[in-house]
Amino acid sequence: MEYIIIIIGAVFVNNIVLAQFLGICPYLGVSAKVSTSIGMSGAVMFVMTLATLVTFLIFNYILVPFNIEYLQTISYILVVASLVQMVEIILKKVSPALYQALGIFLPLIVTNCAILGVTILAVREDFGFNLLEGVVFAIGNALGFALTIILFAGIREHLELVDVPKGMRGAPAALVVAGILALAFMGFANLV
Amino acid sequence: MGQLQNFTKGFVKDNPVFVLLLGLCPALGVTTSAFNGLGMGLATTFVLVSSNIVVSLIKNLIPAKVRIPSYIVVIASFVTITDLVMEAYMPALFESLGLFIPLIVVNCLVMGRAEAFASKNNTWSAIVDGFGMGLGFSFALTMLGGLREILGAGEIFGWSLFAGDGMLVFVLAPGAFIGLGYLVALNNIVKERLERR
Repeated sequence: MEYIIIIIGAVFVNNIVLAQFLGICPYLGVSAKVSTSIGMSGAVMFVMTLATLVTFLIFNYILVPFNIEYLQTISYILVVASLVQMVEIILKKVSPALYQALGIFLPLIVTNCAILGVTILAVREDFGFNLLEGVVFAIGNALGFALTIILFAGIREHLELVDVPKGMRGAPAALVVAGILALAFMGFANLV
Repeated sequence: MGQLQNFTKGFVKDNPVFVLLLGLCPALGVTTSAFNGLGMGLATTFVLVSSNIVVSLIKNLIPAKVRIPSYIVVIASFVTITDLVMEAYMPALFESLGLFIPLIVVNCLVMGRAEAFASKNNTWSAIVDGFGMGLGFSFALTMLGGLREILGAGEIFGWSLFAGDGMLVFVLAPGAFIGLGYLVALNNIVKERLERR
């Protein structure tokens, strides 16, 4: 039950994009088409889950015992960057089809602050997650990212056909649409 | 390009937030007030200038293949310094910026300037570029923070402007997106006017 609450909380209540403002760059950058946004969500889910698993172990079994928590930022970003490289190489070898689908999105993920943000949040003391809860938290956030970016891409495909005033064309209109989506998601506040 | 132009390009023409759409996560996440926006902007400016200096100094020592990981380590070190200094001397601001301070590491703006500018130019130009871009970023964040604070709480930098409650939605998440959307549109118009002249 508590896993379901963690997932619902991460997807709807504290949505990673619309409530916490993480991962805005890919959210605006690769949301022009539904198909690319699905690919990006897949890649994010893959890397976010793996990265949280690895960084959780590193934090609790290396940084905390040696009392070097201040190295969190440096060690995490290196882990995420090398993990992405590794996943890219393995996917290329093992599953060329999946690599074709996710390949171009993987390098972009290194600078996706959603990944680093979730890995840092997962070890926050006030949540007090154990390993499994941390991983479930990562999956929930990845699902939340997928839901919002695919919804947003669907809206943007239609926005292309609309006659928008000149100054508002492109990014400004997309941002206002994101604001309205965020307004809708506020309806889920206090759900859990 | 003269140094003056190098410095001022970050404000309107190549503003990192309004034009290049870089570093949007902190731009939306921390700008509930003008002060928070300014604090985040200055913290990013510090990291940007410092990493630009180091990257431009060591650019000839790093093999091209490992340059990106090396830049990340340089940036992450300065972010850690900022993190610790702010926690020690500005606990209130540190508290309200929260997660977004360690996330300066993945701010595309910092990495982008290191890769696109500092690794190709001399140290002096890199410093000017870092200040220009950093202050342009601070300017954008302060504008957005100010807009949200005025509309949402009726205050600016904590000074009350009018009595009564503001529109709460501007302090909450949706106001960030909508406010930024209109500021980007405004910047587009100003930029076009400047170019036409």
